[in-house]
Amino acid sequence: MKLAELAEETLTQRLEGRGILLQTGPFTVRINSGVEGFTQLLRQFYANFPVVSEPAIADFHMRLTMPGGIRRRWRPQVLLLLDGQEVFLPFPLSHAFPLFEWGLNWCIAMQAHQYLMLHSAAVERSGRVLLLPAGSGSGKSTLCAALVNRGWRLFSDEFGLVRAADGHLIPLPRPMPLKNRSIDVIRDFAPDADLGPSFHGTRKGTIAHLGTPAACVEQSGVSAPPGWLVFPCYQPSVSLRLEPISKPQAFIKLANNSFNYQLLGLRGFREASRLVGNCDSYILSYSNLEEAIVAMDRLAES
Amino acid sequence: MRADRDDGKHGVNILLTALSDPATAVSFTVEEWDLLLRLARATRLLGRLAVCMEEQGLLSQVPPQVVEHFSAARVFVDHRQRTARWEINRILAALEGGDMSLVLLKGSAYILAGLPPSRGRLLSDVDLLVPRELLDGFEQTLLGHGWESVKLEEYDQRYYRTWMHELPPLSHPERGLEVDIHHTISPLTSRLSPDPERLIADSIPLADSRLRVLQPVDMVLHSAVHLFHDGEFINGLRDLVDLADLFQHFGKQANFWTKLVDRARSQGLLRPLFYTLRYTKRLLAAELPASALAAADEGAPSGLVLHLMDNLIEAVMIPEHPDFPRHRRVAQWLLYVRSHWLRMPPLMLLKHLVRKKVMRWRQRKSAVRALAQGNR
Repeated sequence: MKLAELAEETLTQRLEGRGILLQTGPFTVRINSGVEGFTQLLRQFYANFPVVSEPAIADFHMRLTMPGGIRRRWRPQVLLLLDGQEVFLPFPLSHAFPLFEWGLNWCIAMQAHQYLMLHSAAVERSGRVLLLPAGSGSGKSTLCAALVNRGWRLFSDEFGLVRAADGHLIPLPRPMPLKNRSIDVIRDFAPDADLGPSFHGTRKGTIAHLGTPAACVEQSGVSAPPGWLVFPCYQPSVSLRLEPISKPQAFIKLANNSFNYQLLGLRGFREASRLVGNCDSYILSYSNLEEAIVAMDRLAES
Repeated sequence: MRADRDDGKHGVNILLTALSDPATAVSFTVEEWDLLLRLARATRLLGRLAVCMEEQGLLSQVPPQVVEHFSAARVFVDHRQRTARWEINRILAALEGGDMSLVLLKGSAYILAGLPPSRGRLLSDVDLLVPRELLDGFEQTLLGHGWESVKLEEYDQRYYRTWMHELPPLSHPERGLEVDIHHTISPLTSRLSPDPERLIADSIPLADSRLRVLQPVDMVLHSAVHLFHDGEFINGLRDLVDLADLFQHFGKQANFWTKLVDRARSQGLLRPLFYTLRYTKRLLAAELPASALAAADEGAPSGLVLHLMDNLIEAVMIPEHPDFPRHRRVAQWLLYVRSHWLRMPPLMLLKHLVRKKVMRWRQRKSAVRALAQGNR
């Protein structure tokens, strides 16, 4: 069953009671919430995502609550409990959805060590995955959002999950958080983009989420091998350059853009080596999104 | 409310059952697996459970999703163990040229000596025992090689140095693992006063002779003191599992049990030994010889205290249902106070607890914030 098939009222009741089991990529998340306003956003952004029927094992247990006492009325807050534990400080009540998204990223990054987890956007075309590993501020999410808008299949804008058995990337489609100026960039680039409300004054400034295309959710069980490693580097008013880099260079950059490369020890080295060995690697310097898309499309066609 | 209580009770049974006899877990329902994973993770025993189930060839009978959690947990455990080995390697490198040897305690001892508690054990720090007269030199050596003090508050520094059985913990900024340097095994102010020189004199060299571990009976007694007199019940169940493993492993050696009771008596450690035997048996179904149990009864507290301890220990060792926490925190606090009661006179205890409460209150916000900022 898809989440959208649950009426808003039913969903609210379920979230307040036993919770729902939401499936995203390989993970099942139990979500409980007694927070106003969260249900609508969950429904909006996860409409096409499967709800797993009970009973099932949840990989993560997330509960959104409102702290009691005076803060219930005066500048109300929302608290996220991960497996019953308070890991983060409370957020303003209106930021419940970004808190949930952030918390889920945290759960995955802290726990899913069965995968090599790259800090990378991942999109697929013709059966191969383009990885865009980079830290914050490099334009990774913006480029990823633009590529998905032009027909690339979204795996994730944050996690490159590498499966040990075959080195395939595993899709983990989620709403894509755009930050600050990226929001307008994407609005200009794709006026019909499925952008949610803007959340102002978060830890990372203003955030707005971009919805996941239904087809990407439907195919989230279909993994694919890595094809290209492109390290994006947004620089204002630079003309586009796609420079090939050597495998050792790519390796170092990849290892530095990983959540758990060190933690995996020898296995991390082997999996990163295999991945670099199977990919052509580039550094992409760009300022114009359209040009960057053309370059990536060409890469996929060659 | 009743449903909550049942859930809590149920959690008790499945974690202890799975730890005592992993084979029973293969018949668990999906709901039970869901809860077991959470409880095992909360008690830092998920890696342990994973290794035991794999050793017994049970993985093919476990839900595939659980196998994923097991592999992830093992990656994390292996990483921590590797980090500890490396930290010890770096300490030895810092000591190069001298003839000092290190006595490893607890987790790092189990791992470097290849003892059964090392299976899937999630290690939190490296514990070392150093003769008191070498303490200053050793601390200076590490500080000279880049280690730094973790406890920077002056009160903490003074508290450790004046009253505790260990130095304020050190860690190397490039690696971050905490190194705890002990010079004896119970606080200086404690009513227990085992002789550290005898522990060191009777310790056993490992293959790399610069490293040593306590002889079996002392290893058990040290872990027992640490568990029941140190106030840190956060990893209580894991520490109890260590002890059950040690009993099973060393219990096969000739005279182990008589030596254990004799040593406990001569070091004044019959009380912690009594508790250890009692709770490994009660909670983890450890098989213990009746003669040892009878002999350790000498260390039993009064009936009233024992009744209280039974309740408190079960409340802190057995995790509650994560969604329905109830009295665990209270019990944890009572045992924390108790452990301090055992280690310092009443007035000093009162001052210390008030002081710590104020410091914790001040630190809490910054700590939660730091944790949140360290992760995206």
